[in-house]
Amino acid sequence: MSRIFPLLGFALLVVLLVVGLKIADRKTNLPSPLIDKPVPAFDLPVLASPEQRVSKESLLGKPYLVNFWGSWCVTCRAEHPVVTELAKRNAVYIVGMNFRDETEDAMAWLKRWGNPYDVSLSDFDGRVSIDFGVYAAPETFLVDPSGTIVFKQLGQLTWEVVENEILPRVASMESGN
Amino acid sequence: MTVELGQISLLAALLTAFVLGLLPMIGTYTGNRRFIAVSTSASLLQCLLVIISFGILTAAFVFQDFSVEYVARNSNSLLPMGYRYSAVWSAHEGSLLLWELILTIWIAAVALFSKRLPEVFRARVLAVLGWISVGFLLFILLTSNPFGRLIPSAAEGLDLNPLLQDFGLIVHPPLLYMGYVGFSVAFAFAVAALLGGEVSRDWVRWSRPWTLVAWAFLTIGIALGSWWAYYELGWGGYWFWDPVENASFMPWLVGTALIHSQAVTEKRGAFGNWTLLLALSTFSLSLLGTFLVRSGVLTSVHAFASDPTRGIFILAYLGVVVGGSLTLYAARAPKMIQGGGFAGVSRETFLLVNNLVFAVLAAMVLTGTLYPLLIDALGAGKISVGPPYFGLLFTWLLIPIVLALPIGIYSRWQQDSSGRLSGMLRWPFLISLMVGTGVWIMQPAIGFVSAAGVTGGAWVIVGSLFYVGHLLKKKSSLRIPASVLAMTLAHVGMGVFLIGLSMTSTLSTEKHLRMDAGDKYEMAGYTFEFLGTSIVRGPNYTADQGEFVVTRNDREVTRLYPQKREYAQRGNTMTEAAIDPGFTRDLYVSLGEPLDQNGQAWAVRIYHKPFIRWIWLGAIFIMSGGFLAAANKRYRRKMTVKQPATAKTREVTAS
Repeated sequence: MSRIFPLLGFALLVVLLVVGLKIADRKTNLPSPLIDKPVPAFDLPVLASPEQRVSKESLLGKPYLVNFWGSWCVTCRAEHPVVTELAKRNAVYIVGMNFRDETEDAMAWLKRWGNPYDVSLSDFDGRVSIDFGVYAAPETFLVDPSGTIVFKQLGQLTWEVVENEILPRVASMESGN
Repeated sequence: MTVELGQISLLAALLTAFVLGLLPMIGTYTGNRRFIAVSTSASLLQCLLVIISFGILTAAFVFQDFSVEYVARNSNSLLPMGYRYSAVWSAHEGSLLLWELILTIWIAAVALFSKRLPEVFRARVLAVLGWISVGFLLFILLTSNPFGRLIPSAAEGLDLNPLLQDFGLIVHPPLLYMGYVGFSVAFAFAVAALLGGEVSRDWVRWSRPWTLVAWAFLTIGIALGSWWAYYELGWGGYWFWDPVENASFMPWLVGTALIHSQAVTEKRGAFGNWTLLLALSTFSLSLLGTFLVRSGVLTSVHAFASDPTRGIFILAYLGVVVGGSLTLYAARAPKMIQGGGFAGVSRETFLLVNNLVFAVLAAMVLTGTLYPLLIDALGAGKISVGPPYFGLLFTWLLIPIVLALPIGIYSRWQQDSSGRLSGMLRWPFLISLMVGTGVWIMQPAIGFVSAAGVTGGAWVIVGSLFYVGHLLKKKSSLRIPASVLAMTLAHVGMGVFLIGLSMTSTLSTEKHLRMDAGDKYEMAGYTFEFLGTSIVRGPNYTADQGEFVVTRNDREVTRLYPQKREYAQRGNTMTEAAIDPGFTRDLYVSLGEPLDQNGQAWAVRIYHKPFIRWIWLGAIFIMSGGFLAAANKRYRRKMTVKQPATAKTREVTAS
């Protein structure tokens, strides 16, 4: 009888792997649980002038992009030209979310590589990044005028993603309004 | 036009593989000798066709044919010549083709070097391998064709992932696949034995050299991967327990159990079914590893895009190969029980310890690797199983192996007395205890667990070397059997590895700090002075290169030049660590981020890693042991069936 156990064990393994494939399938279709959910609340100081604050409410009414970055993040540096190019086109308001970073380091980084952001906020202790479910930088969220997250990019933004995912969505929001 | 030839050649290889799987197999049942004879020519032809196909893809990289999509995605006109060859296997499609290439090379090798085997058995082995190749070729042609054209053609390629532009990548995958895929031979031998039913334990003797060679390749392949991660990823780690690494480690663990149980089955006839099962499992785990890595089931969201169709295909393939062979095992294995019993203290017992522990280790790694998937499948959220689980597990499970190893070497087959063994092992035991205690006294920072690890390593090394001395004394001649040398080499390697692992895990120091040009930092008696950075240009990147002078007692030890590279085409940055390797310590410096505008202040990581080389040195010893054992003359003698010829063999000879 015992000679059939390896086969049974393998059959169980196959069941698990089939379920795993289904999940992998779903993962590619639903990249984040935050899609179609309201943006988490935030009220953060502006990086360059901490006495000014920007909140979720103050940004309502226009589509905007939230780009999480840090001066410690290698990929953010690699992504930077894409964000810069997007900013040049003036297609969408870009909020830079500098998180878990020292203000001087962040300012130096922007000075050295250029500042593509319409406004830079400082999430010094990373609390807002946790609310957004960010677990690695960079991550980028597209928010519609009603304050709902419509798209999320995990990892480096590429020009392909900007053209295929972000710009069409922004365009449809503007025509819808 | 040329790349289409590559695809046609691959299609022809598929047809040949069909013929190889079908005709010789039919021949062995109907007694048609011409069908059986097809196996040799089909094996060689198939190998030739895949070599042509692989050569054409390589040529597309060398001559920069960006009209081929695979080339355009993974190469660039600035890519140095050497990397154009290795770029062939840098992504999914090409690495599958490499897998297939190596499989057909193994098949051709079996066809060429197993002429001494009984005709029917050999034809069945080749036919089974033919079916494995059919599945893989279908997989490549249906889901992952590397010869697809890009219309319109690209003017410039995207460039090879900079992480992969390295010597490590040139050699690591081919060696790893030699091991992975090589286990298909042991698998085919086991299946052929099951099909024959009465071949008894001869198949084990025939398959041993093949298993040993595959295992030795896998050993060095894994070690190279770990060495590459160490110097290329820039964080000083050498093993991360990530699913991709586990995928190659599981077949190694079961393969290690297999080569030991083969010894028992060949010499004593015991463990017959167990050896069969291990031979089937080793290759099954290689396939499972391929599935896990290639289907996207376990890769994180940050990894390359996954393709569920590919996943379904490999899963079906896995189901046929593994499910089929295990069904055969369930149906046929009981008929093959044979072999004598053994006492509680005997070499069989100690090898059983080895087998059980290695099998349990593999099962635990499998569980740890699949556990996140299981939790996810049950809808209980996402978790990851990391180094704490695996680290703890290995520390505990290594204890019985390390303790049993030298005793197993000294003990006799069938029955031995504990009095005799403890008498002979008294000195190795005392010496290793002294070594461990000595290290602990000299370096109290090492801690108890690592000191015990050093003791264990010394126990294995001293025990193995004493055994050679013991043989020399007994035989009073200076000739040691090659098999004993091979075993000793591999076991000493295991001890060296253990010592390296123990020393480096607790004695390493690392520091992340900000350094301005002119700053100094002292670590473990070495002073690291940062002289500043300059811009360096490479063929397809520019880099900030730091210069560090390392001194000890005011004498210069070395100068280190870590780099921060920026690859123009893809816009990624890469950390290129600078390492001063040494027999007893590595000095390792890597550049983090620039911390001011003019680039004079940098985040710097400095590591001092004692005895880390011993980890890879141990692996080299283990590999050499494997090759030496496979080269044993006794495997090259005429391979005859010891038992009376089977009914089927007689049938064939009669026809």
